[in-house]
Amino acid sequence: MSPKTLYDKIWDAHVAHESEDGTCLLYIDRHLVHEVTSPQAFEGLRMAGRSVRAPDKTIAVPDHNVPTTLDRAKGIDNEESRIQVDALDTNAKEFGINYYPVSDVRQGIVHIVGPEQGWTLPGMTVVCGDSHTATHGAFGALAHGIGTSEVEHVLATQTLIQKKSKNMKVEITGKLKPGVTPKDVTLAIIGATGTAGGTGYVIEYCGDVIRDMSMEGRMTVCNMAIEGGARAGLIAPDETTFEYVKGRPHAPKAGQFEQAVEYWKTFYTDEGAEFDKVVTLRGEDIQPVVTWGTSPEDVLPITATVPSPEDFTGGKVEAARRALDYMGLTPGQKLTDIEIDTVFIGSCTNGRIEDLRAVAEVVKGKKIKDGMRAMIVPGSGLVRAQAEEEGLADIFKEAGFEWRLAGCSMCLAMNPDQLAPEERCASTSNRNFEGRQGYKGRTHLVSPGMAAAAALTGKLTDVRELM
Amino acid sequence: MEKFQKLHGVAAPMPLVNIDTDMIIPKVFLKTIKRSGLGVNLFDEMRYDRDGNEIADFVLNQPKYRNAEILVAGDNFGCGSSREHAPWAIADFGIKCVISTSFADIFFNNCFKNGILPIVLPQEQVDLLMEDAERGENARITVDLEAQEITTSDGRVLPFEVDAFKKHCLLNGLDDIGLTMKNVSAIDAFEAKAQAERPWV
Repeated sequence: MSPKTLYDKIWDAHVAHESEDGTCLLYIDRHLVHEVTSPQAFEGLRMAGRSVRAPDKTIAVPDHNVPTTLDRAKGIDNEESRIQVDALDTNAKEFGINYYPVSDVRQGIVHIVGPEQGWTLPGMTVVCGDSHTATHGAFGALAHGIGTSEVEHVLATQTLIQKKSKNMKVEITGKLKPGVTPKDVTLAIIGATGTAGGTGYVIEYCGDVIRDMSMEGRMTVCNMAIEGGARAGLIAPDETTFEYVKGRPHAPKAGQFEQAVEYWKTFYTDEGAEFDKVVTLRGEDIQPVVTWGTSPEDVLPITATVPSPEDFTGGKVEAARRALDYMGLTPGQKLTDIEIDTVFIGSCTNGRIEDLRAVAEVVKGKKIKDGMRAMIVPGSGLVRAQAEEEGLADIFKEAGFEWRLAGCSMCLAMNPDQLAPEERCASTSNRNFEGRQGYKGRTHLVSPGMAAAAALTGKLTDVRELM
Repeated sequence: MEKFQKLHGVAAPMPLVNIDTDMIIPKVFLKTIKRSGLGVNLFDEMRYDRDGNEIADFVLNQPKYRNAEILVAGDNFGCGSSREHAPWAIADFGIKCVISTSFADIFFNNCFKNGILPIVLPQEQVDLLMEDAERGENARITVDLEAQEITTSDGRVLPFEVDAFKKHCLLNGLDDIGLTMKNVSAIDAFEAKAQAERPWV
């Protein structure tokens, strides 16, 4: 047999039917559902008199619209948001799928809840009507976002009509320097490849830097595969993965767990397997980074200065000019001179316990800058509970942060957590698009430690100076 | 789904690269539980000021492009979120074909589910069509899916590639779920085998 990549192996293990032209029906092991991209899909089922084929493999949780303030038990003020969350409540009950309502302590961002509850396991196929489904690739699961028509298709048939993507390898060699985090790694990759560099590919991340990362860090890296244009990002499962999965509510139980691990261990890229594209970065070369523009590829080390449109070629010249205008920045300005008025820490990129620990390390015993609006939104109710147990929440509150309930919050600002026009935010989220965090709001993507540092100083700051 | 066969219409130029799904349909419009009615909010933040007045120089506000059925766009069109609201808004506005040098994967797939034909062409050809589009409503472009050909306003013919299965579905307006249901026995068989091999799933 010819050598296979990790992606090839997961793909081959899930082809339920293949047509002559190579179009496949790919079987889906886990279907995650949230309130924004699913109502039309459930409505479609209802109209056609169809049911959910595998309700036991379907997991729903509201996250995008939910308020994160402590008084959210009183309900959602915005009528449209409330209708959307109510629709998910109704659909989950009517179709009999697994459900974590807003009132459940396990509720949170769908991509944090899935792994936390052990729904996401190595070697699986995982889909969700959300582009950041790529997160689950950290487990060696083929995971990607789908549109609402495909959500309906998976609900009805537990399969997706797919053609295979190409294989891309991103290797990060060596070791990271102090102050450099998985967020910097994933942004640095996008900076190197561009936001369309992964289009048409599934990326496998490998190399010593990836091997040394925790599951939380690996999820951060895979989460932003989509920002690099790739449908999915993958990391081969190893002992770190198995250790994380073990004992979680929906992970295989004792006895079956050992059998599962033996199976999971077959998911790695064979010696000699071919990739269509290979990118290699040296871990030692990666610095703490920040985005200056309105595309995640607009990445620079924090020590750099704001670029000029003339530094680019082709269509990027005009895009850079527009971005600088939108962001209110001047070419040549030092990134560390950019003043910040808002800090957002959370999201499916950086809303896990390890991210919160990194923030606590920077802000412990200190105060955020006067007038700074700084909020920490844990990725799930369980992350929040753990942070409270570890004493992190007290550190945050003493430093002046708002300590919120779980949800997507200001990552995409569908709930009341938004930037006002021209407000400038250091954000641990994943997209700095125009208007993403609020109409005319300005976003700088950073790691949790860098966001914490900016909250203290009021400017974009090199976290290494505070360590 | 509405069929796509042949289209002869005005093309609007949007040369900006990396036009993302937040630009195509900002999140405030994702709170709907319907598929229809999003066309009025297509490109909302580029198209209207804060008070809801049209911004005159935005391409789709210009009289010559108000009835555009084709969009010629910069590289990496549709990057960002998986929101199908983006193609719903595009289709609801009346645009049935988008041409660019590249598209984000999820957006590209979503188009085909909504009767929209996304076409990938090399840079020189997109540049040519962009010039054509900039000439306004007199420069109508023809897109023939069956023949896989675009004809510019001055008669130049540009062939394009399209996946055979997706072409078949668009030409005939076929519903994916209905097609997949024909293979339900294969899904049943796969599920039974997987259950035996991977009982923890």
